[in-house]
Amino acid sequence: MDALRTLLEEYNVLAAFWMTIKLTFFGAIGAFIIGTVIAIMRVSPVKVFQTFGLAYVTLVRNTPLTLLVFFAAFGLAITLQINLAPPDSPTFIVDNNFRWGVVALAVYHAAFVAEAIRSGINTVPLGQAEAARAIGLPFLPTVTTIVLPQAFRGAIAPLGNTLIALTKNTTVLATIGVAEPALMMRNMLEFNISLLYAIFFIMAAGFVILTLPTGLFFTWWSRKLAVQR
Amino acid sequence: MRSSKRILAIGAGLLLAALPLAACGGDSDTGGEPGSGGKVVIGIKYDQPGLGLKEGDDYTGFDVEVAKYVAKDLGYTDVEFKESPSAQRETLLQSDQVKMIFATYSITDDRAQKVSFAGPYLIAGQDLLVKADNTDITGPDSLNGKKLCSVTGSTSAKKIKDNYASGVQLQEFDTYSKCVEALNAGQIDAVTTDNVILAGFAAQPQYQGKLKVVGKPFSEERYGVGIKKGDTDLCGKINAALEKMEADGAWQKAFDDTLGASGLKVDPAINPPKPDACT
Repeated sequence: MDALRTLLEEYNVLAAFWMTIKLTFFGAIGAFIIGTVIAIMRVSPVKVFQTFGLAYVTLVRNTPLTLLVFFAAFGLAITLQINLAPPDSPTFIVDNNFRWGVVALAVYHAAFVAEAIRSGINTVPLGQAEAARAIGLPFLPTVTTIVLPQAFRGAIAPLGNTLIALTKNTTVLATIGVAEPALMMRNMLEFNISLLYAIFFIMAAGFVILTLPTGLFFTWWSRKLAVQR
Repeated sequence: MRSSKRILAIGAGLLLAALPLAACGGDSDTGGEPGSGGKVVIGIKYDQPGLGLKEGDDYTGFDVEVAKYVAKDLGYTDVEFKESPSAQRETLLQSDQVKMIFATYSITDDRAQKVSFAGPYLIAGQDLLVKADNTDITGPDSLNGKKLCSVTGSTSAKKIKDNYASGVQLQEFDTYSKCVEALNAGQIDAVTTDNVILAGFAAQPQYQGKLKVVGKPFSEERYGVGIKKGDTDLCGKINAALEKMEADGAWQKAFDDTLGASGLKVDPAINPPKPDACT
């Protein structure tokens, strides 16, 4: 217990996990938007869009997140000097890393979101789209007003899994110095190695507290919204 | 028939679970008592130029030279090096996977709760690495408004922010090589950590002439030899070997051959240091 108290006094554990929540929040919004667009592309009647959607999912899903993060931080930010924050601001490094980190998270998880939504689209009976076309709706209104609302209901469980994975994957951003729990853990290991087990406990407990309710909520929500057919 | 299949499945599962354990268990042979000859396993860093670097099958650096000398003086005929990353050093010693650790291992009170230290064999100090043409960074207090890089979980960056320049921006990467690359690309203004580590990077062929160490150390890091907690016998023997190494000129030669080649000078008043008493 003393070990836990020392760690909680010396390190801002809450701030670190708050960073996880922020990264998850913005990363999830980004991933959801990109993923939805990609999913629509994959089911669209235009061949170019289909190919692009397929290429995106195949490429991004099979690239390690570490590599994407490293590419964003080193390839885009440091070598090409593409900055997402004003370079002369006093918090430039923190902002730039955070924003590039969110971009990498969003781009990576968008591939999984797209696949989840596509699986949701597959649960919508073909007759729905045919009926929409029969009353004269073009492709986009068919997708946005008829197919997607039903598809999301069917895709909630896999989307929840992706969100949990996203929460845990935020730890990869420690490699570019975003002040989140994995970075805090390295500091703890450096300065307080004698409290090894307490450090492990804090990290494990923090992530369980974040992801367990997410999982329970999505299970409940997917049951509630399940389409009875 | 059905139950025998189930037993078989459980047995196979247990076997799979036991495999990695067995692999660990077989690795406990770290060398006999000093003086008995034979092999010894020593933990070093694999990724720090000038101190402990693995290049193909060769190990180079000051830590490696000191480790070889001490092992020889202790009567071991064969040295096996094993990588000991910072976060694993205590565990490697406690679980008998290595006998000694020479891996930029600063002696601190917190670490001394879990392991014992012989030495120190080198006193380093925190310093700054900047571009060779930089003139406005002269020390830790000239860093306000600058961008400073260090590795995640190192003493160095935090110390500067707390004690010298509150207006400094900190970038943390997981390895020093990333920091040095970002410095070379111009995205950050300075890298900070122990001067011996910085000098090793500055001396790498791709950075030669482009980067320089400021040369005003502002802390004292005492590199010791990590050994199992309470092994005062081994500690005494290592200290004797270190004192002998310093007396017969081998210490200076090892330093000149590795770190000295980068132009680094250490304060002769504190280096080579006299080992602490073993407790």
